[in-house]
Order: sequence, then structure tokens, then C-alpha cells
Amino acid sequence: MSLAELWFVVVAVFWVGFFVLEGFDFGVGALHSFLARDEGERRQAIEAIGPVWDGNEVWLIVGGAAIFAAFPDWYATWFSAGYLALMLVIVALIVRGVSFEWRTKLESGRWRRTFSAMLTIGSALVPLLLGVALGDLLAGLPVDSSGEFTGDFVDLLTPYGVLVGVTLLVLCLVHGATFLALKTRGGLQQRAHAFARRSVWPAVVLTVVFAVWTVTISAAGPWRIAAAAVPALAAVAAAVLLRGERDGRSFAATAVTVGGVVAALFANVYPAVLVSSTSSANDLTVSGAASGHYALTVMTVVAAVMFPVVLLYQGWTYWVFRHRVAAPAEVRAATSGRAPAADQL
Amino acid sequence: MSERPTRLTTFERVDISQLDLSRLQFATTTIYHFLFVPVTIGLSFLVATLHTWWHRSGADDVRRLTRFFGTLLVINIAIGVVTGIVQEFEFGMNWSQYSRFVGDVFGAPLAMEGLAAFFLESTFLGLWLFGWDVLPRRIHLACIWALAIGTALSAAFIMAANSWMQHPVGYELDPTTGRPVLTSIWALFTNPVFVWGYAHVLLASLLTGGMLMLAVSAWHLRRGSSPAAFLRTAKLSLVVLLPTSVLVLMVGSHLGVVETTYQPMKVAAMEAQWDTCSPCSFSAAQTGGWTSSDQEANKIIEIPHLLSILATGSFDGEVTGLNELQAQYEKEYGPGDYIPNLPIQYWSMRVMAYLASVVPLLVLWGLWLWRRGRLERSRAFLTVATWSVLAPFVMNTAGWLLTENGRQPWIVQGLLLTEDGNSPSVSAGEVATTLVMFWVIYLVLGWVWVFLMRRYARRGLDEVGDGPGIGGPTSPSDAEPAVLTY
Repeated sequence: MSLAELWFVVVAVFWVGFFVLEGFDFGVGALHSFLARDEGERRQAIEAIGPVWDGNEVWLIVGGAAIFAAFPDWYATWFSAGYLALMLVIVALIVRGVSFEWRTKLESGRWRRTFSAMLTIGSALVPLLLGVALGDLLAGLPVDSSGEFTGDFVDLLTPYGVLVGVTLLVLCLVHGATFLALKTRGGLQQRAHAFARRSVWPAVVLTVVFAVWTVTISAAGPWRIAAAAVPALAAVAAAVLLRGERDGRSFAATAVTVGGVVAALFANVYPAVLVSSTSSANDLTVSGAASGHYALTVMTVVAAVMFPVVLLYQGWTYWVFRHRVAAPAEVRAATSGRAPAADQL
Repeated sequence: MSERPTRLTTFERVDISQLDLSRLQFATTTIYHFLFVPVTIGLSFLVATLHTWWHRSGADDVRRLTRFFGTLLVINIAIGVVTGIVQEFEFGMNWSQYSRFVGDVFGAPLAMEGLAAFFLESTFLGLWLFGWDVLPRRIHLACIWALAIGTALSAAFIMAANSWMQHPVGYELDPTTGRPVLTSIWALFTNPVFVWGYAHVLLASLLTGGMLMLAVSAWHLRRGSSPAAFLRTAKLSLVVLLPTSVLVLMVGSHLGVVETTYQPMKVAAMEAQWDTCSPCSFSAAQTGGWTSSDQEANKIIEIPHLLSILATGSFDGEVTGLNELQAQYEKEYGPGDYIPNLPIQYWSMRVMAYLASVVPLLVLWGLWLWRRGRLERSRAFLTVATWSVLAPFVMNTAGWLLTENGRQPWIVQGLLLTEDGNSPSVSAGEVATTLVMFWVIYLVLGWVWVFLMRRYARRGLDEVGDGPGIGGPTSPSDAEPAVLTY
């Protein structure tokens, strides 16, 4: 495996990790108003992702920076092509990010409703838009021989890209609801579980369509077909598991589904990184778009040292906050020692 | 790289190119982002210090102070993080030719920043916020230090990348693509522009955090709210400010000398010095003399030898003038205008330097009052200290303008012109749309930030809650403190 291929895998790992982790907090953000009955439950939902969402978002930042560093041509073409769409992603990330921190800073119903609405919209828009952008890598964008995008906003809305966007959005919703079922208790937990059980079926259909469509437009081959089959099978497994009460296993299944969709996309676009719909001669490829040997070596060393450390302390965060989150009243009782400590996962 | 910018035709008399709009947008988003970054870096170290103080002393009002200033830190981190994401995306979106050209070198520190710093900051922020009474106390204390170190590391990587644009090192040009290829990562982090620039930024950040803490403490002291506690933070900030306010001047001054070596145009433009001089005087202010057709400035108060000292570190040092540098550059790089915008360069330097010279006086005044035991009673000092919170924001912005405007017309000094760095596939209309969008969103965000910072800075110390999470309001309808942050 060349260093360029290794870094293609590293980039894929970051994007998969991003959707697996931030995927559930997108889902929770988008659903928190609909699944909660009152302010206490809304807080309960947000508290479930409170300690971790910011760290999850870094996976996107590193995923983007890794493309910049390892494949400058891919970064330049993809990001400038998706100009307006990515601006919307940025806006969504901004309103969502500040909503988390600022939402409870005022004791006013209108203030909270405003930030709740922004959190909902922002959380739903990001997976949808980034899904379209990822789908476009394989569906192809009009790119000329110098690697510049020659189309406009409408050209970004490839049918396959839109499918990937919608699929990832729906999967994030199911993933988020499953996470809430796993991490909360009381009425919210039951409603989240019921939502996940119902909404998993459209997710299964979308994931199967995604798998078939992906292998149809890619160069196929056994490994690519296998990669596309993984999320489809995981989606079915999630649907079956969600009929029971095993929240942990259901969550693992939705995680594999979301991550599998992104992984299947990367596996099927390889050896290109961005397909040109103008001419296959203009495709940006792993070997053609990569940085020099020295730069990739340096980053490999840094990533080999830092990445395990990051995984350790981020994993530790999930361990520290492994308990189910209760609605505020219940938490108060628990902290004053009148109720048993929160149970473990 | 020869694609010319498309022109906006919708406005009849205004002829703004996509390039100009892209520059304006990048300037808007970086300047805005950098309003919050120094607060985050400076305040995170100060909150970590408070937390350590509480850990050692166990004093309850120090615990409350930790949470009080921690809340201000969190409000600020929220906006700093989201405006930082914009920066990373914008390189590829608005500056695709630049990104293609520099990715091999510039991308590495950016990716390292994410891996080594962003993960650290954001993960330990969550742990610290939600770790009250959950984590063992010693580990909880380590979390705020991890956060603070993360913010400082993040500044190191981005400054290394930025310094490479000011003074490219550790690369060679690829013979086929003509692009720089990284040959030594070590060179990026030993680049003198980086070493001195980074020290300068860190000190400026501590200064910003210190002045913010001093201003908030002074406001409370003036009103007699929790005077004993806020006297502690007033003194802590003065102790921090004494060395930083002096060091930031010294390091900044040496950075000027470093820049004279590697970016002489930046320094000549800072003084609007058209002719080579030795010794060179410094003008306190001037009118006219901003263009090559009008080189005669009306200088107001000239201080002999000062420019020589500032630019070269020696009493009679020679400073190469703009005319000579322009001629040199034309010979080396071909015809073109290599002189940056002079009024911006001249005034941003002065605004930064004048304010920075006043800060140590304010600190000495405070220390003198402290010594005489009158720190909490001097209404004049407390009023001035409160209002001087505006100074670091003005200084930081001016310093940023000085260094980035002084690099123009280059996007990477000597290697790539700014006009060759933009995205050819993005239209002027698209950039105009997003620029207006940023102005609107940033105005609203800025308004909310000011509103929340003021509100939480003026909150009484007794309103600070307990339990995991900090900063959630204590509900008036709820006798017990709010346990949830979010």
C-alpha cells in the first residue's frame, strides 16, 4: 500500500468516524424538540450529548484538514465546487454550535424556542448537505482538465448525491433516536425507542437502494459489492434488534449502518477521489491528487502517535459519561442521595 | 493560475471583482474569529489558575470565581469554535488555487492542529464542564489544564502555517508542477517569524484574558459586590499583566526586527518610508505621503532614530525605502505593484503600539494602589480598568491587520500573488451573497455574545450554581441550583 493509499484510508476513517459519532448528535439535535414533552426532557436530550458533541465535530474538521494536507487538489476542487452548499453547512454548524452553549443562558421561553429551532434545523441540514457532497464524489461533477469545477449550484444536485444526502439524514435520525433510547430514561427514552422502531424501516429501504445504486455506478467488483452490502445488512439487523429492548445492540447496528454507508462510498469511488462527469481523464485520483512523499511521511508519523491518544481520551469521555441521563427532577433526587445512582449502560 | 477574476456587472458604477470580495470575506471572517481566540487562550489559562488555587486552598469563593470566569470562557469558546470552522473551509472554497499550490506544505500543520489540539480542547472542555462532582478532583483539575494547553497548541500550529506564508521555509519547488513541496517540517517550527510571532500572540492572548479579568473584577469592586472575592481576581490579573504587558512589547519589537530581515516591504510600509534612510526617524502621525505620486508626507512630531531602533535593533540602522524595494521586486518578480496599502499599515502599527504602551502604565497604577491598600476603593482606577477591556480587542485586530496587510500583494511571500490564489469556479455573485450572509450572521452572533458576556460578567458571585455543568441559570422558580448546563 502506498502512502497516498494509506491516507485515502485515513481520510475515509475520519469521515466514517465523523458520521458514526456526530451522526447521533445530529439526530438528537434534530429530534430533541419532537421527542421531548417539556423543557426538562429537552434538556435531558441535550444533556445526553452535551459532554461529547464538540469532540465529535472535530472528526469533521480533521477529516477536512486531512484532505487538504494529503490531497490538496481534491480539497481545492471539492470545496470550491460545493461553494454555496458548503456555506450552508457552515451556517448550520454555526447556529447549531452556539445553540448548545447559549440556549440555557437565559430564563426565557422565547429565547429557548429560538435556539431549539436553530438546533433542530442546523442538525438536520448538515448530514443532508454533506451527504449530497459525498455522493457527488462518486456521481461525478463537471470538472475540466485543470481540475476546476465548471458547473453551478444545480450541477451539485446529482440524483445519486441527493439519495446519499437523504439516506444519511434519515440514518442520523434513527441513530440519534437509538442513542437517546440507550442514554436516557423515563418517557423520553420510551418515545425515542418507539420513534427509532418506526423510522428504521424507511432507513432500511433507503440503505438498500443506496447499496444497489452505488455498485451500479461504480466499477463494481467483489470487494466493492461487499462494502455496499455491509450497511444494507446492518440496517436490517437494526430493524430486527429495535423490535426488542436491547438498546446497546440496536445502537451498534445503527452505528455500523451510518458508518457503512460512508465507508461504502469511499470504497466505491476508489481509485478516484472525485469523479469528473466531463471526462474520465479528468478524474481526480488517489495517486494524482496526493501530496509529496515527505509530507505524507511526516503526517503518518504524527497521526500514528496522536490518533491512538485521541481515541483513548475520547473513549474515556464516553466511559466517564456512560450513565443514563435522567430528566432534571430525577437528577436532583439522585444527587441529594434519595434515589439510587444512575444505572450503567 | 492566470484566470482573471470575473467582474460584477450588476452595479453600474461599482466595479468590484470576485477577488476583492473574496479578500473582503476572508478579512471579515479572520478578524472576527480573532476577536475571540485571544480571549479563549488567555482566559483558559487564568481559569485553570483559579481552579488550581481552589484545589490547593479549598476556599469556597475561589471555587465560585472559577465557575464564574469559566462561564465567560464557555460563552466565548462557543463562538470561537464555530467561527474557526469557517476558516478551515474557506481555504478550499474561496482560495482553491492557493490551496492547490500550498497544500503540500500548508496542509500538514493544519492537519496536525486538528489531531493534536482541537481534539484535546473540545474533549476536555466537555469533561471539565460536565465533570464537576463526577470526576475525581485532581483529574477534573487536569482537564482544564488540558483544555488550556490545547488552545495554546492550536495557536502554535496555525501560526506555523501562517508564518510560512510570511516567510516560506523548509520547501523546494517541484520542477513539473512549480508548487512548493515540503522538505523539512522542523524548518516550519524553527522559522524565526513563527518563533517570535507565536510568542507575541501567546503574550497578547494572556494580556487579553488578564485585562478582561481585571475589567470584570473592577466593575464588581466599584459596586461593592463580593469585594473580597473580586479583589483576589483583580490582584491575580495584575500579577499576570505586569510581566505580559512588558514582554508583549519587547517580543513584538523584536518581531519587527525579524520582519525587517524577511519582509522589508512590510516594515517600510509601516512607516510609509519611501526613501532608504539611516538613521531613520519615527513619526507620531502623518498626513499625505500615501502614494508613489505623492511621496511627501506632512510628518507630525518626529522622533529621531526610533524607526532605526524598531526596525533593525540598532541606533543608526538602515531601513530600505519603498522605492528601492519596489525596484528590487520588479527586477526579481517582473512588473507589478509590490507596495501594500500604506495607511492601513501605518495606522494599524500605531494603534497597536500606542495602546500597548499605555497598558503597562495602567498595570503600574493598579499595583501602586494595591501596595497602598486602596485598590478596591479608587473609583478612578476601577472605572478606567473597566473601560480598558476594549483596548486588547483593538490591539489584536490592529496587529492582525499589520501582519496580513503587510504581506500583500503576496498570499505567500515571493511565491504566489493573492490575485492568483482565488477560486476560478466561484462567481462574484456567489461571494457577494455569502459575504452579506456572513455580515448578517456575525452581527447577530456578535450582538448575542456581547449581551451574554455582559450579563454573565455582571452576575453576582452568589448566583453561581453548583453541581455538574456550569453556567446554567439558577431558575428563580427553583430553589435548588440548576444541575444541567444545557
